[in-house]
Amino acid sequence: MPADTARAVAPPADVAAASPRMHRPRRRLRTIGSYTLLTAAAVVVIFPIYITVVNSLLRPDQLVQQPPPLFPRTPQWHDYTAAWTTGQMSKYVATSAIMTAIIVVGQLVTSILAAYAFAFLRFPFKRTLFLVCLVTLMIPFEVTFITNLDTVTSLHWFNTYAGLSIPFLATGFGIFLLRQAFLQIPRDLQEAAQLDGYGHLRFMTRVAVPLARPSLAALAVFSFLGAWNQYLWPLVSTGGTTPLYTVQIGLKELLGTEVSQIPVSLAGAVIAFVPLVILLIIFQKQLVRSLTAGAVK
Amino acid sequence: MAQVSFDGVTKRFGDTTAVDDLTLSIPDGELLVLLGSSGCGKTTALRLVAGLEEISAGTVSIGERVVNEVDPKDRDVAMVFQSYALYPHLTVAKNIEFPLRQRGVDKEERTTKVKRAAETLGLGDLLGRKPGQLSGGQRQRVALARAIVREPLVFLMDEPLSNLDAALRVQTRADIVELQNRLKTTTLYVTHDQVEAMTMGHRIAVMSEGKLQQVAAPEALYAKPTNVFVAHFLGSPGMNLVEGMLVESASADASGGGGRGTLSVAFAGASVPLPAEVADSVRGSGPDVVLGLRPEALHLSPDGVIGASVIIVELLGAETHVICHTETGARIIVRQGAGAPKPRIGEPVRIAVEPDPEAYHLFDSSSGNRLGGP
Repeated sequence: MPADTARAVAPPADVAAASPRMHRPRRRLRTIGSYTLLTAAAVVVIFPIYITVVNSLLRPDQLVQQPPPLFPRTPQWHDYTAAWTTGQMSKYVATSAIMTAIIVVGQLVTSILAAYAFAFLRFPFKRTLFLVCLVTLMIPFEVTFITNLDTVTSLHWFNTYAGLSIPFLATGFGIFLLRQAFLQIPRDLQEAAQLDGYGHLRFMTRVAVPLARPSLAALAVFSFLGAWNQYLWPLVSTGGTTPLYTVQIGLKELLGTEVSQIPVSLAGAVIAFVPLVILLIIFQKQLVRSLTAGAVK
Repeated sequence: MAQVSFDGVTKRFGDTTAVDDLTLSIPDGELLVLLGSSGCGKTTALRLVAGLEEISAGTVSIGERVVNEVDPKDRDVAMVFQSYALYPHLTVAKNIEFPLRQRGVDKEERTTKVKRAAETLGLGDLLGRKPGQLSGGQRQRVALARAIVREPLVFLMDEPLSNLDAALRVQTRADIVELQNRLKTTTLYVTHDQVEAMTMGHRIAVMSEGKLQQVAAPEALYAKPTNVFVAHFLGSPGMNLVEGMLVESASADASGGGGRGTLSVAFAGASVPLPAEVADSVRGSGPDVVLGLRPEALHLSPDGVIGASVIIVELLGAETHVICHTETGARIIVRQGAGAPKPRIGEPVRIAVEPDPEAYHLFDSSSGNRLGGP
């Protein structure tokens, strides 16, 4: 490079050195502020969970102590055993797991098929039908509650896994999320596969679905959270002598008025949220990616 | 291997006609380049052969078979896309193998074929990588390997070099020509780059607004463009085109009868006399014509017949482009060799035309078609 060009391109040494130095304290202050806020938010979220775990491990008499203990010196694990066996949490967890699995798999399958059609196929009223799917997102579940209950009852699905899960097998949110993911796949890929002899079903399973894996994982997590945390629908669509209660209703059953039962109830609550925590830890990356998709370029 | 034929093929998208009554035949083993500017219908024509678009009218044949109603997968064509269309979640080996899996080729044969295709394109060491880990040139070669692995009847290439940098483009261009020469597979190659077309095609089909303008070998296309569009489109820089009038000056022996005067093209105070051979072929046409002169057929000389002033001088190393304006503002580009003196900007110059009859191209002013024979 000629000397004059070099001189024109490089900023003067003092300017180059001074400019970052001037911004450094401000940037550091901003970082400290952000981390303080984030820490406060994390404490607000985590503290109730921590207290629940701690209280579930205390003796009943320790629960009424003032100030309440913040750490269990002699953890009482027998309350967990009680919740799992006599509290029938094992049964409730199993019911919730089966119902959730059906809903998650069902939502993934229906969303993949519908989203693929909206993204890759040409058919009449495609836009209108997609709009209808989007509109379903805006209708609260409570609006369709009575109709769904009526349908489930008339189909003799009351107090069955079918009744618990089938009303939730399709989701407008899932269709929307996966359609957006499929639209990111270049059309050339589909045409290349078409020339290579791959029909829609094979292209979907071999190319589109593997490429949309992050969105699928996010949908699975959302779907799991929604299904696992359901309360109202399992409450009204189950009953009788051997009710098919899910874990959230089971928790309510555990709640007693006596102080001695509180640690058992809390142990049940911990048992109920452990699967969610595990799931969130495993799929954290996909969840964040799907939530920030479009926001970060 | 097979011949590909378009017979009166038209493709309409609503009110827009993308390909208009295209009749063209590509013999077995030929590399034909479809050349044209963006939106001229060349890619649509290619997609019609692939079966990715439905034909509105006419027929497309591959070999003896009309393929209008044949499914893309049954046409036995392989396409290389501008974007390469590699599957990002699959390794290079799996990408190359992809077309074979669907055709029920057994695993052992698949492995052999993938290995052979990869070696042909120098991808032996990259089989385990994913497309995201490859450079543009390597991705292009994977796309080519995927096309050749199933030994199709026809290769369709849609601007396969346009995403590569200039140096890599030159290299890959040569690789594709070498590969096609070796495989002798009928190839349709779409590009808007006339350098690519000139260097690669056995023949070039120039398209504009959905219509085939001319199809010929590169040298014939350059030497005898059939109309103003082809004349200007081919060549870098393109042919200088100046509107003028055919004027016949009285000859010395005209009074004696039988003798003919000199035929010239007059424009903007200049008069370019035509060599006798050219004059004879266009006499009786016009009088309004377009005179076409390639930049390399012109040079600056005090004896030049066209007066102009220099607007821009472009130094390109081995040559210089001198861009001039005539008195009426017509733009003329003169290509000079490295040793020629460089004029200053604003300097009045005179432009001379080579005496070679091949240097003169005359077109009808209203239709734009070439005058004076094919």
